[in-house]
Formats: sequence, C-alpha cells, structure tokens
Amino acid sequence: MYVSTKWLENYVDTKGIAPADLAEKITRAGIEVDTIIDRSEGLTNIVVGHVESCEKHPEADKLNICQVNVGEETVQIICGAPNVAAGQNIIAALPGAKLPGGMKIKKAKLRGEVSNGMICSLQELGVEGKTVAKAYAEGIYVLPADAKPGTDALSLLGLDDVILEFDLTPNRADALSMLGVAYEVGAILSQDVKLPTIEYTASNEKAEDVLTLKVEAKEDNPMYIAKVVKNVKVAESPLWLQNYLMAAGVRPHNNVVDITNFVLLEYGQPLHAFDYDRLETKEIVVRRAVEGEKMTTLDDVERTLHADQLVITNGKEPVALAGVMGGANSEVHDGTTTVVIESAYFASASVRKTSKDVGLRSDASTRFEKGVDPNRVAEAAERAAQLMAELAGGEVLAGAVQFDELDKESVRIILSPDYVNQRLGMKIPMDEMVSILERLQIPVEAANGQLIVDAPTRRQDLRIKEDLIEEIARLYGYDEIPMTLPIGESVPGGLNSFQEKRRLVRRYMESAGLYQAITYSLTSRAESQSFALETAPVTELLMPMSEDRSVLRQSLLPHLLDATTYNVARRIDTVSLYETGSVFLGTQEDGLPKEVGHVAAVITGKWVDHAWQQENKKVDFFVMKGIVEGLMDTLGLTGKVTYAKATHDGLHPGRTADILLNGVVVGVLGQLHPSEQKKRDLKETYVTEMNLALLLAESAEALVYEQVPRYPSMSRDIALVVSKDEAAGSLMDIIQEAGGKLLKDVTVFDLYEGDKVDEGMKSLAFSLTYFDAERTLTDEEVVTRHDKVLAALKEKSGAVLRG
Amino acid sequence: MEQQLEQLKQEALQKIEAAASVKELNDVRVAYLGKKGPITDLLKGMGKLPAEERPKMGALVNVVRETVTTTLEEKMELLELQAVNEKLEKETIDITLPGRPVKLGNHHPLTRVVEEIEDFFISMGYEVAEGPEVEQDYYNFEALNLPKGHPARDMQDSFYITEDVLLRTHTSPVQARTMAAKKGESIKIICPGKVYRRDSDDATHSHQFTQIEGLVVGEDIRMSDLKGTLALFAKKMFGEEREIRLRPSFFPFTEPSVEMDISCFKCGGSGCNVCKKTGWIEILGAGMVHPNVLEMAGYDPTVFTGFAFGMGPERIAMLKYGVEDIRHFFTNDMRFISQFNRTEV
Ligand SMILES: [Zn+2]
Repeated sequence: MYVSTKWLENYVDTKGIAPADLAEKITRAGIEVDTIIDRSEGLTNIVVGHVESCEKHPEADKLNICQVNVGEETVQIICGAPNVAAGQNIIAALPGAKLPGGMKIKKAKLRGEVSNGMICSLQELGVEGKTVAKAYAEGIYVLPADAKPGTDALSLLGLDDVILEFDLTPNRADALSMLGVAYEVGAILSQDVKLPTIEYTASNEKAEDVLTLKVEAKEDNPMYIAKVVKNVKVAESPLWLQNYLMAAGVRPHNNVVDITNFVLLEYGQPLHAFDYDRLETKEIVVRRAVEGEKMTTLDDVERTLHADQLVITNGKEPVALAGVMGGANSEVHDGTTTVVIESAYFASASVRKTSKDVGLRSDASTRFEKGVDPNRVAEAAERAAQLMAELAGGEVLAGAVQFDELDKESVRIILSPDYVNQRLGMKIPMDEMVSILERLQIPVEAANGQLIVDAPTRRQDLRIKEDLIEEIARLYGYDEIPMTLPIGESVPGGLNSFQEKRRLVRRYMESAGLYQAITYSLTSRAESQSFALETAPVTELLMPMSEDRSVLRQSLLPHLLDATTYNVARRIDTVSLYETGSVFLGTQEDGLPKEVGHVAAVITGKWVDHAWQQENKKVDFFVMKGIVEGLMDTLGLTGKVTYAKATHDGLHPGRTADILLNGVVVGVLGQLHPSEQKKRDLKETYVTEMNLALLLAESAEALVYEQVPRYPSMSRDIALVVSKDEAAGSLMDIIQEAGGKLLKDVTVFDLYEGDKVDEGMKSLAFSLTYFDAERTLTDEEVVTRHDKVLAALKEKSGAVLRG
Repeated sequence: MEQQLEQLKQEALQKIEAAASVKELNDVRVAYLGKKGPITDLLKGMGKLPAEERPKMGALVNVVRETVTTTLEEKMELLELQAVNEKLEKETIDITLPGRPVKLGNHHPLTRVVEEIEDFFISMGYEVAEGPEVEQDYYNFEALNLPKGHPARDMQDSFYITEDVLLRTHTSPVQARTMAAKKGESIKIICPGKVYRRDSDDATHSHQFTQIEGLVVGEDIRMSDLKGTLALFAKKMFGEEREIRLRPSFFPFTEPSVEMDISCFKCGGSGCNVCKKTGWIEILGAGMVHPNVLEMAGYDPTVFTGFAFGMGPERIAMLKYGVEDIRHFFTNDMRFISQFNRTEV
C-alpha cells in the first residue's frame, strides 16, 4: 500500500512532522513502513509552460522548434515528442533544472537551433510509466488549460509529496484504505480523523425505476448496492484526482473509472462501474456461474467459468466476475452516459478462490479477500455518486437498488485492566487504557472496573481480549514493557539421550577428519532409493517444482556423493564429508512416512597428505572401516558389532561389508562401484551409511574401570601362510577361542601377498598378548597355551607356520 | 730430577692444550699418565733415591700427576661438549616448514548456530523437542489457528504430499504436538529442525531451510517474561552490549505478536550496510500464544498463558559471518564449511 502524505493530510493533521519521523512512529506502532519515497527528490526549476508556436526543425524531421511562454519570458525549446503542439500547457525544465537520475538541463544547440530547456514527460520526472495515463504514456504530458505559465509544475502535479510504502501484515486489512491509515495515524499522533462530507442533490427519478436486482447466491454475496447516475460526461479526471491515483500506483483512465478507484483507495471498498445501456436488460442478477460458461474480462481475455465462481449478470450473461474483474461487454467508454455503480460485500473465500483459479489479483480482489468493512459498503457507493455528480456532471437517481442481509454488528469485548496488566507484566492505569482506545476511535466505556469495548467493523482483526491487549500495548509502547523472567519452579533443561548421542556422533566424525554437510531431503525419483539400507514406497510431492526435487530421500548418500562430485570438480581432490539426517520410508497409520535418523559419510582422495615430505596415502576401505570402528568404540558398542562381507547395488562387490549390531544389519560400508565412480566423475571413493536410530537406541556397555595391569604381559608373534580367501577375521576367531582367558589381545601386524609366497597364498602375521591380572605368567604356561593356539590354527584353517 | 719433572709437566700441558679431538687427548692421557708413561717411570725410579728424599719427591710427582690429570679432564669435557654441539649443528632443521596436519573436520555453520542457541536455552531450563519433517496439515496449520482457507496460508506456500499431509513449513507443529502430549503441564521447549517452503532457490530463498522455535507455557507467563528472555538471548548470542526492541507484528498463532530487532552488532547502532543504515537488525518473531492455540491443545486459556518465538539460523549465520548467499549452506563446498573450524571467543 502506497500512502501519499499529501493525500493523507485531507483526513488527519500531520503538519510539523517530517515524513521520516512519521514513518518511524507508524513502524514502531505496528505497521512497517518499508520505504519512504520523496517524489520531488532531485527535481528543481520545473515550471508550467505554454507552447505559443511549434514548427518543424528545418534540419531534423523528428524535432520541433517550440516558442514556450514560461511566465516572465518566452523561450525557444527544441522538443522531439510526437504529441507536442501549439496551444498546449506543458512541463518545462529550464536551464539549471535537475531531473531524477542526476540529469542536468543546460542551454544547448540542437542541429543549429538553440534550446533553452526541455519539455518533459511524466516519466522524465520520475513517475512510473505504468501509472501514466495511456494518452501520455508515449510522449510529453499535457497540463490543463487553466495552468498558469511560469508557476511551479511540481505542486500542480502533486509531486511535492512524500509517499510511505506500507508492508502490511495480513491482519491489518483496515490499512488498505486512506481512511484506515488516517485512523491509525490519528491514534499515533492523538489527532482527530476528518471524514469526507457526502452531499449531493439527487434527481426525482428513482434508481429502482430503471434497474432491478436479484441476488441468488446470498452466502457469497450478502450485500449488493447499485446506484444509477445519468447524463454523465466521460472525460479526463481533474488533475488532483489523477495525481492521487498516480501517487497510489494506479493509472488514470477517465473520470468514471477514476472515481471508483479513488473511492476504493479512500474507503477500502472496491466499486465497479457498468455502462447502464450496455447492460441492455435493466436487470442485475448475482449468481454462481454455469459450468463451462464463457465471458471476456476487461483485459480482453476470454475465460471459461466454473460452477463455484460468482458472477454478476444482466439476467442472461455474465457482465463481471464478482469482486475480481469486470466484463468487457459492460465497460464504461467515452460515449457512456448512464452509469451503474456497484458496491457489494463478496465473501472473502469465494473471491479468493475465483481470483486464484483465474490467476487475477486486483486491488479489488485483495480487499475482498481480506474482508471489507460491512458498514462502509453503502457509504462508499454514496461517495462515488457524489463525485460523479461533482466531477462528471452526472445526475444521481434517488435511492439505490439493494439487497442486504449482511451482519453489521460490532463485536463487544469486555476486559478488566488487571487482565491486561497481568498478561503484559505491566501496570498501565485504566484511564490510560481508555484514552488509547479512544485515540483509536474504538468505542469504549469504563464500568465497574471493566472496559466495555465495541470493536468497530472496520477493524476486523479485533475479536478477542488479546487483540485489545495488543492495541493497548502497541500504542502505550513496547519499550515500556519491563524485562522479567518466568516465575515458577525451575526444572533442569537438557537433551534427551538420542540428541546427546547424536552430538557425540557429530563430534566423533569431525575428530576423525570429516566435515559436516547438510544436503536437501528432496531428490529425484531416480535417486531416491539409491544406496538405501531399507526401501519402502517413496513419499512423493503432489506438485513438485522440478523432477530433481520431487520425492523424499531414502538414503543420505546420493546427495552426499553429489556434494563430493561438486568439490572434486573444483579441484578439491580430498573430500571427506558426513551428514546426519532423516530418510523417509513408506506410510504409517497416521498418514506420515516413517522418518529414520541416519548417519552417512564419504571419503575420497588422500588420507595422509604431507606435501613436502612426499608422504601421501590414498583413502582405502580400511580408513573408512577405522572410522566406523572408532564410532562404535565411542558409542560403547564395539563388543556388539560385527562386519560381514556383503554386496550392495552401487558398491564394489569385493569391497563391501554389512555392519551388524547384535547380529542385525544396521549399516553398510564399502567402496563405490567403479562404474558408479565413473558416472559421478569420482576416483576411488569409500562410503558408509548407518541407521542412527538403531545405533543410538542401543545402550553402551557399562563403563567400569579395569585395574591397570600390575603384572607384566608376554607377547608372542605368529606368521602364517594361508590361502588368499582365508579371512583374517576367522583366523583371529580361532586364535581367540584357543587362547582362552589368558589371551588378552590379538592384532594383525603384517599382511604380505607376493613373490615370497606361493601363488594364491598370503602371509599374515599376528601378535598375541598373554596376560593374567592376578600374577606373573610363567614361560611354560605361555608356551603351553601358545602351542594350543598353533595346533588349533593348523587343524581348523590348514595354515602353515612360516619360518 | 725436579727439573726433569717440571719439564715433563710443561710438555704434557702443552700437548693437552694442543689436542684437537677426544682421540688426540686420549693419546696424550696414555702417553703421560698410562702405565708405561714417563710419570709412572718416574715413580718407579724413586727407589733409587735416598730414603730421606723419597717423601718429598713422591709428593712432587703426585702434584704434577694431579695437575696433568685435572687439566686433561677439563679439556676432555670441553672437547666432548664441542663434539655434541657439532653433532646438533648437523641435525638442524628448517623450523619454518609447515607441520604435519592434524586431520580434523568441523560442524556445518548452521549446526554451529543451532547448537549455540540450544545451549543457551538449555542453560535456561529448556528441553529440546523435535518432530516429524513430514507433518499433518492439522499440526502444521489448523492447531496453530490457521484453518483451511485462512489468508495467512498464502504467506507460506507449501509442499503437499496429500491433501492432509505436507512437508512442515515451520517447526511450530512440534509445539502443537508437545502441547497435545503434555496436556495441562508447564512447558519449556526449544524446537530446531528442517522446514520446507515452495520457493525457488536464489540468494535469499531456499526451499529447505532451518528454524528454531521456542515455547513456554505456564500459569502466569507474561509478555515481560518474553521480553526479558529475548534480551538475555540477544546478549548471549550477539554480545553483551546488544539492546533489543520489540515492534508489533502479526502471526496467526500469537497475540500480541512482535518482531524483535537487536542493535546492530557491526556499527553499534550508528548505521551501516549490515543494518541498512537503521542501527537495528531484525532477528526473530515472537508473541504470546494465541488463546485458540492453547485451547485446541487442551489448555484452559483463562488459566494458562505462554510465549513463543522463532528464528532462522540461516539468517543469523548470514548476519554473523557475512554470508551473502543462502545457497552456500546447502552446496557443501569444503572451502566454505572448513572455514567454520575455530572459536570466536
Ligand atoms: Zn549497522
């Protein structure tokens, strides 16, 4: 909403307050002033000129040599506009003038002819092109005949004005009108509001003699008023009216249409003007459209209507789409003599739907959608009738044709000052509250310690006590609210165990060298189930904005791999990312998908990278496995986790493992399949994804301190030659079992595959640690135990002891 | 003999002085003090002296031997020190070469902001509540005083899954769910999470973003409590000197509703590009829980009151760290994320 401070001055006294200060006060009281537009900013030395003569430039076809009376003198100005002509009053920018954008007017020579200034269009004065009347949209602006040469053109054009652009919240529909703004500003400045006086002489003829009305859709149209104005002379509106419209961002058309727009802006009540003769039937019928019915709207678009849309008809065919836009067939034109003014209350939901369906949003539809003031419908029609009499020479027929079942009662709200103060934590005196409500022109009475308030219908946002608390507080000033903290028992806050452990997981992953990524939950249908640990029907958007973001993910890896590719493509060779987030599976009983927290990680490039020592090591499966093992250790789950060779789509068949918790698969770990790597422009890349919900639901093993060894342990190494297929893990299981209680630890310390062992074989070396917490072990004991281990290995795996 | 002894001493001392290495010095030691050395010879030859001269001569020889020994040891220490120094000299490295990098990742900047906010409110006795990202229309809108057809639904065009299910447009449904679950009990929660709106991604819009909302419900929660809480939060998050101001606003689920500005942390209020010359920066929306919302969740609004507030970690991160494009948060460029690896205090 654009509010012209010049226009506003008609309704409320703002003298002596700078526009910037006014804007600040309005903002602090509740309506945000987005921008302050000073229309005369940078404009100087611009006067009214009278074109005495206008002749073609001998050297240039498109230029005219004009002799222009600028008051004291007549000067020669060269003008290139096609519409310049002798006898016009025009806007002349004289030498020394400044125009918006910093342009300076100087005395100049154009093709040998002196030009003492410039004849201006409105756009050249900074007026937005779309608000300039069509007649002047392509050339200079022509001022009224009574304009006096040499006088200031800016004030004549209303450009000595500052406009406040309001950013209105949806509840403040009341401020979609100049009067509504006046009430607000009046309350802020403690000033009265001057309402327009509506006076005109009606003719003896009655509106009901020439027009009949039938409202068939009463729910959607509880009130409809039609006034008839005869003998109207359609012409250009007076300049002051055009100026106000332009200031509000509305393009002037002709006096009849301009008056309806002016009243819409003044009262917030949309009006429509029909050409009475074009209605043909002398009848108005408001009804729902017939499915498939067609009409052409004012913008010359033919529209097919639906049964839930409300139309105004002449009893036969639609003449307007109610509350949204008029029809071309009944439009007021230059030859119109009799006008029907429509002022109606259309239900917000109906207009909203129609406007959305046909894709038309107008100043009218926005106001109906937000709800107009039921008590202003009739008044607005009268105001328009008055202006048509005054400005278009019309003869207003007596009375109106109307249908009215609209509830116009105000809402009574009773509240106690204690209630207000208790809610705010303040001590505002009762008489102060009364005074604030009175400033807002809200009827209030104080009786028996209570405030009895009748919320006016123009303020549809005032319904309950809390609404009034807000009115009182915002005008009293939010700065006055003290700062306190909630009273009452205080309880410890905190994270639940899942949240706490999720933080632990993040910190661990980062300490392991991974950076946290956050990717999108929405993905393409094709990628939604790639790498998923578990698949279920996908959750799909009804109206996606693109196929790339049409369904919810079932794995974190596709987007994490996209991020990896993104980085690699920017020559970041080593990428290490992890993410914690939800995947979305199937549909549960409540209609929602099951959301499961996951953690996933991707690594590619070098893991050890120490440039100047040429000490580099590429990532491999065991780097990622080490990260996973470390995570399990951090979560206290090491003893419950096992790894099993596995195959998964998209992963290397020989380098993939399932991660099992208590024997149940909770995750996967492996190398990206080479074909997948190629597809994604990645080199060797390792990934893991785990079901965080399952991992974190499992309690950690109890953390009980184990005595630091008081007796020495003894180590024995074993080097074995086994078949390449023999898993180190199963050999370790054999060793562990045979070693019994005394065997404290087994680690692999070497793996060799090469010339020194037979084809198809490998050499593995283990280090075994024997230990007893109670005493020092004897050599014999260790030897006996170790021999058992060797025997078991030989028997169960066919391993050959290497010398 | 005395003369011979003195000559011997001078000779030994000269050789010690001349020795340039531990080896040379050892040769001197063997030559003069060894079993076959001249001093030993002299002692051996004492037998030939008259008995009355022997003690005197013995003492003299011992003095010479001790002098030579002490001088030699001193020289030995010196030479050893030199040898060590030479060795250390050879071991010298270029300490300006870079160290071996410790491989460490770090939080995403949004997590950093979210955790900082969580931790502040946890310290004030709040619990962290989370809820589903795919929500029922009821919890996302209706329970929050946004019935079907409400004009404010315009403000947040949404991703629907079915007519009744959508990607949540704010984390407020978590508040509605918590209230419904805790019927009648006091509540103090903070709700962080991902939210979704039907926006095209550009420098200031993202179809997925983050929100943190807070809710306090109790028997005598006042608007002044909201103001006091937010003021403490602003100081914790943006610095001790921050002041706050509340401006009236509108949200369907609160009444009264406010927007909170903080005094600009860059210019301190004098006006700069961060605060668009106003001295104030809009940080969050808040208000007193609307009685309809309380009632729908089973709280008697004549007994219970509450306040709620909500903010966007993206916006806070953009302001705090000067990030100019919201899309940086979701591109996951390592060069972006890795910048948030250090403390600010
Ligand atoms: Zn600033």
